Amino acid sequence: MNILVCVKYVPDATADRKFEGDNTVDRVGVDGLLSELDEYAVEQALQLKEKAGDDTEVTALCVGPEKAVDAVRKALQMGVDKGIHVVDDAIAGSDAIATSLVLAKAVEKAAAETKVDLVMCGMASTDAAMSVVPAMLAERLAWPQVTMASVVETQGDQVRIKRDGDVATEVIGATLPIVLSVTDQSGEARYPSFKGIMAAKKKPLETWSLGDLGVDAGQVGLSVAWSAVEDTTARPPRSAGEIVKDEDGSGAPALTAFLASKKFI
Amino acid sequence: MSEVLVLVDHVDGAVRKPTYELLTIAKRLGEPSAVFIGEATKGSEVAEKVAAYGAEKVYVVDDAQIKGFLVAPKAEALQQLAEKVSAGAVLIPSSVEGKEIAGRLAIKLGSGLITDAVDVQSGDGGPVTTQSVFAGNYTVTAKVTQGTPIITVKPNSAAPEESAGAGAVEEFTAEVSEAAKGAKIVASQPRQATGRPDLNEAAIVVSGGRGTGGDFAPVEGLADALGGAVGASRAAVDSGWIPHSFQIGQTGKTVSPQLYIAAGISGAIQHRAGMQTSKTIVAINKDEEAPIFELVDFGVVGDLKTVLPAATEDVIKRKG
Repeated sequence: MNILVCVKYVPDATADRKFEGDNTVDRVGVDGLLSELDEYAVEQALQLKEKAGDDTEVTALCVGPEKAVDAVRKALQMGVDKGIHVVDDAIAGSDAIATSLVLAKAVEKAAAETKVDLVMCGMASTDAAMSVVPAMLAERLAWPQVTMASVVETQGDQVRIKRDGDVATEVIGATLPIVLSVTDQSGEARYPSFKGIMAAKKKPLETWSLGDLGVDAGQVGLSVAWSAVEDTTARPPRSAGEIVKDEDGSGAPALTAFLASKKFI
Repeated sequence: MSEVLVLVDHVDGAVRKPTYELLTIAKRLGEPSAVFIGEATKGSEVAEKVAAYGAEKVYVVDDAQIKGFLVAPKAEALQQLAEKVSAGAVLIPSSVEGKEIAGRLAIKLGSGLITDAVDVQSGDGGPVTTQSVFAGNYTVTAKVTQGTPIITVKPNSAAPEESAGAGAVEEFTAEVSEAAKGAKIVASQPRQATGRPDLNEAAIVVSGGRGTGGDFAPVEGLADALGGAVGASRAAVDSGWIPHSFQIGQTGKTVSPQLYIAAGISGAIQHRAGMQTSKTIVAINKDEEAPIFELVDFGVVGDLKTVLPAATEDVIKRKG
């Protein structure tokens, strides 16, 4: 099986994330890393490879600026076989629609070499968090999308997943090729081992430009995005609240007095 | 005025509250038309409900052929309908399914997409959306600049306003391709009702985390006394103490109730992402250094196992 895992390079969620003057996410001034939620996709891809045996190959695919190569490197350290980094200045500021176009063209280019059976994604990015790229990518590839998997099983070209929805728990079945997204319930992602970190340095890592994908620079980027941010405003910090210590049972009455003062009781 | 399509959020024909919120928003933007993809025989019943919130037309798309498949057939149906009526905008509930339908629809229609709007107003040159991003640390206004604006809207983004619409039922037959039937629902186990308010809609949420040690009874007790819903942190879900459907945070639900009470939750950024926009925030935690206390309007440094039951008793007493 040939598996591509989409990995996104995002600003660290625990850092002070902010916007640039053009209302795009600051991806340079804030420390970045492989999106935590994509690590679960890498993990599930590696588990599928381990179950399937040696002929399965896992490739990490990333669209992002120069520094985004760190996300690919992390995936290589975790154990994927190959990396592809699509980098082109024209891509900066792309919306999910343009991003899905670049990803789709990259999948097609990879497939021209070896048929791609499975494209795996995390459940959302930790920055924009739209959670729509898997669906858009599937639409562009004219493939089924099977999303939000907490359990993934494959047998030949058949895939079965379990997902926990709002109103029901479902089992979904599909035939490869598909786009598959997995949740953070699918199983903890492995840490790169020392051996993995050393091995990653020797693994193939290709860099593709828009030209390599046959994508015109005018089809991507901020200026042609199909939606535009008009304004960004930092949320005012919450004013410090009252904090009391529970001493000899004083906490509960203080709490209910507060709730009553706010008319919640 | 152009038609604004609203995808009806329902379970087996029972219309859910976000539908009325979307219809209320649609009225600001144009002429609200509800799109019901479901059992055709329930069309008139649904039409009556949505007409009360301003739906002028109700398109009924029979789902007999597509019910067992994920997302793609619904996107095809919406595409065909949006093109037929030259829709001014398409509003879709911000659920997992809704966002995926919207994603496919955006590519099909060649239209821009905005997800997770918490407000939508009419503006010059189309709807203007408000989103809460970066774990609620920023508010962003945006608009679609290409094609038919497709907007997914989070629950509780508008107070549903009753307003009589014509509710004219029109059956719409969608041409669904075989390719769209690639992801099949093999089995479905409905979630058991808890008897408590829905987490997405509740005005009060009481959540428990690692500090519960796995015993949610004190959390549930206070939630019931206040008439609220029960939530949980990821730590509690990962420990297997409570199902994932209760999880609040980055990879769970985002809630914005009038009152949020966090018990035994430290307040990591991932949890804050799911509750930071709550109106009033209260925390109970043993650790006075817990970051959750940076957010609170009122905090108790103490053991939830003693504070919550005593508070519950007091709430019940005060309510008489």
